[in-house]
Amino acid sequence: MPEGKLCNRKPIETEEELKTLLSDTGGKKYYEEMKSLDVDSGLLWKTIGNTLKSRTKTWLEICAHCGMCADSCFLYLANDCDPKQVPAYKIQSTLGEIVKRKGQVDNEFMHMVMETAWAKCTCCNRCGMYCPHGIDMGVMFSYLRGLCYQQGFVPWELKIGAGMHRVYRAQMDVTDEDFVETFKWMVEENEEDYPGLEVPIDKEGADILYTVNAREVKHYPEDLAEAAILFHLAGENWTVTSTGWEQTSLAMFAGDWAACKMQVESVYEAMERLKPKRMIGTECGHAHRATVVEGPYWAGRSNGKPPVESIHYVEWLAEALREGKLKIDPAKRIKKKVTLQDSCNYVRNHGLKDITREIMSYIVDPGYFIELSPNREHNYCCGGGGGFNGIGLFRPQRNKGLITKRDQIIESGAELVIAPCHNCWDAIRDLEEEYKIGIKWSFLKPIIISMVEIPEHLKPEE
Amino acid sequence: MYEFLTGPMFWLSLGTCFIGITVRFVLYFKGLNWQLERVAYKAYPAQGLKGALNSILNWLIPFGTCGWRKQPFMTLIFFGFHIGAVLVPLFLLAHNIFLKEKIGISLITLHPVIADILSWSVIVCAFLLVLRRISLPEVRILTTAYDYFILLLSVAPFVTGLIARYEIGNYSFWLTTHIICGEALLIAVPFTKLSHIALFFASRAQLGMDYAIKRGGMKGKGMAW
Repeated sequence: MPEGKLCNRKPIETEEELKTLLSDTGGKKYYEEMKSLDVDSGLLWKTIGNTLKSRTKTWLEICAHCGMCADSCFLYLANDCDPKQVPAYKIQSTLGEIVKRKGQVDNEFMHMVMETAWAKCTCCNRCGMYCPHGIDMGVMFSYLRGLCYQQGFVPWELKIGAGMHRVYRAQMDVTDEDFVETFKWMVEENEEDYPGLEVPIDKEGADILYTVNAREVKHYPEDLAEAAILFHLAGENWTVTSTGWEQTSLAMFAGDWAACKMQVESVYEAMERLKPKRMIGTECGHAHRATVVEGPYWAGRSNGKPPVESIHYVEWLAEALREGKLKIDPAKRIKKKVTLQDSCNYVRNHGLKDITREIMSYIVDPGYFIELSPNREHNYCCGGGGGFNGIGLFRPQRNKGLITKRDQIIESGAELVIAPCHNCWDAIRDLEEEYKIGIKWSFLKPIIISMVEIPEHLKPEE
Repeated sequence: MYEFLTGPMFWLSLGTCFIGITVRFVLYFKGLNWQLERVAYKAYPAQGLKGALNSILNWLIPFGTCGWRKQPFMTLIFFGFHIGAVLVPLFLLAHNIFLKEKIGISLITLHPVIADILSWSVIVCAFLLVLRRISLPEVRILTTAYDYFILLLSVAPFVTGLIARYEIGNYSFWLTTHIICGEALLIAVPFTKLSHIALFFASRAQLGMDYAIKRGGMKGKGMAW
């Protein structure tokens, strides 16, 4: 069958299309249509010809089939060392096979590819660190997702997610007005406790432009308030933009590269319009990767950098604590066993391994911080990265995938897991719901607010 | 036969190997694309070079990376195989006497006992690599006939070379077979997975640049391979 009404090769371009797809609860009809979606082999092979160049070609060719990547993969471990979860096998049997067959693959094959690309790899890139040849299968899976997306073989939620970015320039149906209103409302709610608290909108030349994750606006607005409070207490000259405020990119998880470009350019335009000294993004891993690490390339910036210096929230927080802009009340520091979840997207993929530990040294009483093993750039994915958390069709596989992180946390003996990343935070919440190991989990902002000293001049009048 | 193998065939196989591998190496780097790979290679040449060297050197040291340390048995048989496979063909006394006669130059040479040990190490480790392929499910699932063919092609010059060296059976036959195997190996290098002889360095350099330039190499202490 040619393309379906809901499941097809066309990206979502309008609000109406988005609403139609959203109304198909759970993607029932969408996946039904996918069963008879044709593969456009000509297009597939042409795209490969244009985009699969020497690096990836060489990776596929010289893989020694040594299997050293096997136990680098948390999904291999979580699935009782199933050989079908060996990263090299997963990529060779999907992308490798498509290349070998010059794109001549059928619907059934593409279903298998889709499941492998989204339910057997979170693009955490850990395997690339364990391959003697330096073959990064996470990078190849991300590339493969792009091919799947182009062919219409993409999980329902991610087709929607990419569509959201195309329509709203946000991962959820949050408009610019919603964003500004919600931020203002949250600030008003906290004005009494923090006199002078404000959210400067579209202020030019501020020291900081703060960008967020749309789900904070939609589901966790207190996060916006916490960000405002901490900037306020630190005495920062900051602002948010009324348009181009969304740092995340579900389009990156979906493999919709055109939407990735549209999304990140909206943020860069805000940077260029408001000319802040720095951009600081919220506590999110993939948002940072999308806007700061990969984004410049989607936008065609040959220096690989966003228009202004852009840092992760943990970098700002460490700096504020180090320089005394924020002071922690020593009596309120954490006095229970606490560990830290290293986000793949800004630790393994952006080197921020020590900065979070510096934060721990300020907020945890000596002797209470425990490392997960392994940690830093060798840490395992939370189990829900790369869009895995959000795909209903692959929920059983995701829940199984949480086991590696669960066991890592149990082994550490920690009671509290600090997860400065939305995906990690979700995955750890879900693993507690699923496996009930008796832990708490948190972002950094609420923890800092619970222990920060409020300068005299910022205290509310009695 | 011997004249042909050590004459035109010698030049043909050596030429194919060197030219082929050079072409592949150059094409690899020419084929890199900063936007497709999303690495600003040209914007940060110094960091890129440092990252590339770091990525290559760490992996050339036995137990030098977390990956090697995680799998000590594999590390031993991997290096046991590769050290001999690289050193013996280049620095064997007999090879260098031949080179001296042929082109008038020779390289430093290995002590014959060391050459023997390294050659045996290649054969024993190749055997263990095969056993590993058969016994470990995570390696077995990846293994194809092609992998065995490559291993056979790589180890054949060593087996035949040792038989000739110990003068078991007909020396002239085994010497001729050894030369054929060696030349077949040389010719195969650019066209098969054996191209990793050069492309290992290329691929490792690329990932090293990726990490050094984009993935945090300019933040903090760089990459702990």
